[in-house]
Amino acid sequence: MARCSVPPKLTIFLIIAVTLILLLPAFGLSFGHPLTSNTDQYYIDHTQVDTGSNNAVTAIVFDFRGFDTLGEATVLFIAVLGVSMFFRRRH
Amino acid sequence: MVTGLIGRSAGRLLIPFIFIFGFYVVAHGHISPGGGFQGGAVIATGVALVLVCYYYRECMENFIEAKNFKLIESAGLILFICTALAGLVLASSFFFNWLNASGGLFGNPVEYGVNAGDLFTAGIIPVLNFAVGIEVFGGLSVVLLYMFAGLKESSAKEDESETVSFAQTEDES
Repeated sequence: MARCSVPPKLTIFLIIAVTLILLLPAFGLSFGHPLTSNTDQYYIDHTQVDTGSNNAVTAIVFDFRGFDTLGEATVLFIAVLGVSMFFRRRH
Repeated sequence: MVTGLIGRSAGRLLIPFIFIFGFYVVAHGHISPGGGFQGGAVIATGVALVLVCYYYRECMENFIEAKNFKLIESAGLILFICTALAGLVLASSFFFNWLNASGGLFGNPVEYGVNAGDLFTAGIIPVLNFAVGIEVFGGLSVVLLYMFAGLKESSAKEDESETVSFAQTEDES
């Protein structure tokens, strides 16, 4: 087992320094004012005309992004199938 | 493990309200916050309360069997996929909203702007909500039933015999 040539305190300091340097652009952002909001404004304007639903979140989940919901339901079905295979009784 | 009288009485009082609230969350998914996944989880919580309040063998004799829960789950997934495929057959594409503003089931025209909402709008979204709701309810209930089958509490008679034998061994020792 090869010994590490860098002392551990210096390693921790380097990790923290690199993390702070990578996080520097995130400190300049203000919450609630994104740079571009084209898709958000499209959903807010067109969800009643397009789907007829008053709840915009449900309209996005079940109409604009229907394939995501289909995949989620299939994943839950396969997970339950695996649990029922794992817990079956031996006769 | 003895199922207590207080837990059974509280469960007998609370279980119908939990089922009704879960179905309300599923049915109003396109008006108020909620939807299929959340409502199914609430109904599965009611099934978990049934399993906690009674013994496993009593549940299997008097409640719904595990086979029917599997059937409910599979019917939910098949209804979901077939509703999407009907959009492919009757209209242009897969997942097309073919019931919206058609005058039939869930086909009332929508008032634009800020309003309270009508229950019979939004096309196929309530149908998909119902399908996902019964799918999640059946799946979580099947998981709970299979995990309760591994516990060593099968009926009240065996429970009493186990506790009596345990007390006798304590007295002998």
